[in-house]
Amino acid sequence: MTQRVGVVRFPGTNCEFDTVDALNALGGHAEVLWHSDTDLGGVDAVVIPGGFAHGDYLRCGAIAQFSPIMKVITTFARDGGPVLGICNGFQVLTEAGILPGVLQKNAGLKFLCCMQQIEFMSTSNIVGTGASTGDLLNIPINHFEGNYVCSERTLKQLEEQNRIVFRYMDNPNGSMGNIAGISNEDGNVVGMMPHPERATSTMLGSDDGTPLLRSLLNAGPVAAS
Amino acid sequence: MRFEAKIEVSPRAGIANPEGATIERALPALGFDTARDVRVGKIIRLEIEADSADAATAIVEDMCGRFLSNPVIEDTTVEILNP
Repeated sequence: MTQRVGVVRFPGTNCEFDTVDALNALGGHAEVLWHSDTDLGGVDAVVIPGGFAHGDYLRCGAIAQFSPIMKVITTFARDGGPVLGICNGFQVLTEAGILPGVLQKNAGLKFLCCMQQIEFMSTSNIVGTGASTGDLLNIPINHFEGNYVCSERTLKQLEEQNRIVFRYMDNPNGSMGNIAGISNEDGNVVGMMPHPERATSTMLGSDDGTPLLRSLLNAGPVAAS
Repeated sequence: MRFEAKIEVSPRAGIANPEGATIERALPALGFDTARDVRVGKIIRLEIEADSADAATAIVEDMCGRFLSNPVIEDTTVEILNP
């Protein structure tokens, strides 16, 4: 079982404590890692949470790839370590080249902060034991740049390799293929725009995020293919 | 030598450009109902030390490919403004 989770804080990150609290409430031992750290302190998994890393200047997540911690996260991910990017964390992972594609401005040019119904599409990844394929989950989104774009070739590859993890039921932002989240080839890296840490209590409207985070806590390293 | 570079970052053809589309929908409200294919990008200006204009262009193009633009959705053109 993954016990220790490092939650990365860049200047401008703002969801790190929600994420730490949500993971700890499930029995994990989550701690905040600073972006200039040059090692991961022996954590078993990494979460890059939401926010505005480095002010999101130039493009969302673009500057974050130069933070020292990204070098060690890239190696950690390549070696099969579980990495979950949520919202801005997803943007950071695409800009760092760890996941394909890019998140651009929402098609309606509106900042969207609302509950979304998403379909769970793939179990072959680190959040894969969190639901069954075809399950509909209610998890909120909170973003201006969540419109997933990639080349047709990449899209085809994502579909063929079963790497689309979540699709929006009612596409809020113009994402290609209604994509709300994807994984890398080995399934040990997942990026998603919805915030599972904000869906961990029925008092807050949904606890559909809980099993996804629990899945992350149970995820061991994946042997790189 | 010191060169001033102007970099135009524009949305790649075929990629939806929500800002451009919104402006295009708004223009007819002012009577500009013949504008088409509005695209919004950005311009970056910088100064750079290099041996020649060609060398400066090569350095800036390298910057564009690796950082200043995201080649998945953006194209860039580099212009050296002097001498």
